[in-house]
This record gives sequence, C-alpha cells and structure tokens, in this order.
Amino acid sequence: MLARRIIPCLDCDLGVPQGRVVKGIEFKQIRYAGIPWELAYRYYKEGADEIIFLDITASHERRETMVNVIRETAEKVFVPLAVGGGIKTVEDARKIFNAGADKITMNTTALRQPEIITEIADEYGSQACVVAIDAKRRPGREEGRIMVDTPEGECWFECSFYGGREFAGIDAIAWAQKVEELGAGEIMLTSMDRDGTYDGFDIPLTDAVSRKIRIPVIASGGCGNVDHMLEVFQKTRASAALAASIFHYDEQNIGSVKRRLADEGIEMRL
Amino acid sequence: MKIAIVDYGVGNLFSIYNALHHVGGHPERISDPEELARATGVVVPGVGSFGRCMQRLAPFRRSLIEVLERGTPMLGICVGMQVLFERSEESPEEGFGWVEGRVVRLPDTLALLVPQMGWNELRIKKDAEILDGISDKDRFYFVHSYYCVPQDPSVVAATTDYGLEMTAAISRDNLSAVQFHPEKSGQKGLTILENFVRLTRC
Repeated sequence: MLARRIIPCLDCDLGVPQGRVVKGIEFKQIRYAGIPWELAYRYYKEGADEIIFLDITASHERRETMVNVIRETAEKVFVPLAVGGGIKTVEDARKIFNAGADKITMNTTALRQPEIITEIADEYGSQACVVAIDAKRRPGREEGRIMVDTPEGECWFECSFYGGREFAGIDAIAWAQKVEELGAGEIMLTSMDRDGTYDGFDIPLTDAVSRKIRIPVIASGGCGNVDHMLEVFQKTRASAALAASIFHYDEQNIGSVKRRLADEGIEMRL
Repeated sequence: MKIAIVDYGVGNLFSIYNALHHVGGHPERISDPEELARATGVVVPGVGSFGRCMQRLAPFRRSLIEVLERGTPMLGICVGMQVLFERSEESPEEGFGWVEGRVVRLPDTLALLVPQMGWNELRIKKDAEILDGISDKDRFYFVHSYYCVPQDPSVVAATTDYGLEMTAAISRDNLSAVQFHPEKSGQKGLTILENFVRLTRC
C-alpha cells in the first residue's frame, strides 16, 4: 500500500551567506534552527519522505542564495525536494528546477496568474507543480460559498496571500478544485487559524478539501506533536503531514514519529 | 564518458545526474544521439506525457536500438520505462515496442488518487541484478498515472500494489526499467543505481 508521507518544512532566511532556517515561536520571536542543507540532510537521514524549503526572505537579491542552498542539498539528499517562496514567473521556477529541486510551490503567484500553473505543469509535469493554499475560517453561512461543518459551527474558508496579510474573497475549497483542473499535481493546505498554535491540524478543512479533489493534499499548520499527525491521517484523506518546529529543536525525531504512526496502523515508509 | 543520461528536453535531469554521481558513476547528459555510441551505460529518463516523450525521443530511436544490440546496459525510468512498450492509452503516438505489451491508465476508483504519488512497496518477482540488495516490502517513490502491462510476464522483476498488482520493474538481457524514481527513493533507490553502475563496468 502507498504510505502516508511526513514532510519537514524549512523556512529559510537567505539574508546570510549559506542561508538559515528560522521559525517564529508564538508568532513573533524568531529562533534560528540551523543551516538549510545541514538540517535537510539530517531529516533525510532520519527518514523524511520529502523536504520543503520555503524562502521567507522578502527581498529579491537573495535568489542566488536559494539556488546555492538547493544545489548543495540536492547533491546529498535523495528524496523529493520542493521549493517555494517568491516564485513569480516560469523563469524563476526554471532556476529553481535547474538547481536541482523536484517541485516548486506557489501561493500568491498562482492566485494572481493561474495560467502559470498550467505552464509549469506542461513543461515539468504536474507532479512538479504544488499549489500552496493558505485558508482562513470565516464563520457563518454565506451565499455561493462551500460551507463546512466544524465543532465551532458552520464556516467557509477564504484564501490568503502574502503570508496571511491579504485576502481576496476567494473560496479556498473552490480554489483547490480550480487548481486541480489547471494541472497542479498537489496541494499544500495550510490553516491560517492553526499555523503556529501547536493545537493540531484543522481537521474539518483538511477533510473537506481532500474529499473534493483527487490530487494529494499535504496537511499543514498547527502540528505540535505526533498525536496531531495521527489525527489528521485517521480523520482525513490527507496524503502527507507537514511540520516544522517540532522537528527543528530535537523535540521529535522523524524516525521515531514514523515508527509511532506505523504502530498505530498508519501506512509509513520505515 | 561512462553513463549517458538521454537529454531530450523533457523534465529535470539534475536529480538523476546527482544520484548517479553520488554512487560513483560518471554520468553525462547527452543530447546528440550519435554520442550514445561512446556510452558504457544509458539511462532513459522521462516525465510528462507519453506522446511528448516519444516525439522528443524519436531522433534517438536508431542510436538506442544500437545500444540494446551492443549489449550496453540500459535503464528506463518512469515514462522512460513506458516508452519501451508498444503503445499507451495516454497518447496516439506509438512506443518503441522493444518490450511487447501496452501502457494503461491506473484504475479510476474513488478510493485511489491518480496519479499515484508517494512511497509504495515492491514485491520481487524474479532475480535481477538491478534489484540486488532489494527485498520485498522495500519502498520506492512513485509518481505516475499509467502503468506497463508486458505481454510476457517473465520480464517482470518486481510489482507494486495500487488498487491492483502492477509492474514496477522489468529486466531482460541488458535492458532494465523501473516505474518509480530510484534517484528520489532514498538509500534503497541509490542501491538500484549502484547496481546499474556496476553493470556498466562488467
């Protein structure tokens, strides 16, 4: 049987020569977790099924650093490597692929110019084109929205851009269906309500999206421990669970997380 | 040159290049069909649609036949495996037809996502040098919507289960091919590429 995947996500600040992995704790304090390729290599050795780098550097001059980070990582890490953050054109994507990435992820760019999804899928294959959707709960019934029942009541989900700073009134579930049509190979679905909280994944969101589309969904946002991963795999069709902080500071080793999930009956690569 | 990676302008060859290099091979990306004559091993990668791969591979047909006839080890990966067959449900273009059989779409049932994307287990069907060091239940990284159905079951080296049992690896004389991506399958995938590099030195 196909295994569910565990994917560590490395938020990278590329303002220093080799780049550094950072993570905001409780929304503000930034902690430095290490050098991107070193951390990626450690996760690969521990059994990560895939690795995601997200460039959270705001400015453009750091693009070259990302290329170096990918190149260095791709020489040593032999599981799929996805890279996102600031990809605005097919040419940007090409640079990322040429450095050795297997997949790119896009959020804002995909929302602003959806045709780029098809262009990248045509050139590199659907599997190489991941669309990141950041979804925020909007309580209350609203006409024309895909409504979801949650323990907190009915709500719909709105897409956000620019890392949760802007909204455009787009229904996240309808958008997930649209990007599948356009040729995206996978959706990285982040709950903006849960991101950074360690309260667990947004189960109703993940369940609703993974039922409505036939491409894999990577659940993201809110993972604080292995029980949260167990919950998202037991209660939804998510193909993969993403986590950042719980792996960075040795709170959890990927290998032991996967063994625990396998013991609970979740299909895992061990 | 030792190992030629056929570069026909489809997808991304960095991963396979890096992985072959890592296991001690001397890979080179080759876009001129004539140059395949110098290779001690040939890798045919492939992503995207069967038809597009066949169109782009057409200029390599004669050189690849010569590679096979010379007995040079050849390894097809993913769509690079599918093109070895006669035809595919995906596209009207004919395949090379060096392996009898066809390529069909994964079953469309609600329970399974298409493409299959992720790590699945192998079931070993026969001894094949390309699978030295690989056991039943070892997992490899698959990304595909179509799978190969060889007419002669004796070419099948390993299968995998995704709704039904399907071909994951074939081996016949100097020709090997895998549906999964050994270059993205961690240590077990590297073992397969190491086997291939060893075959090119025999």
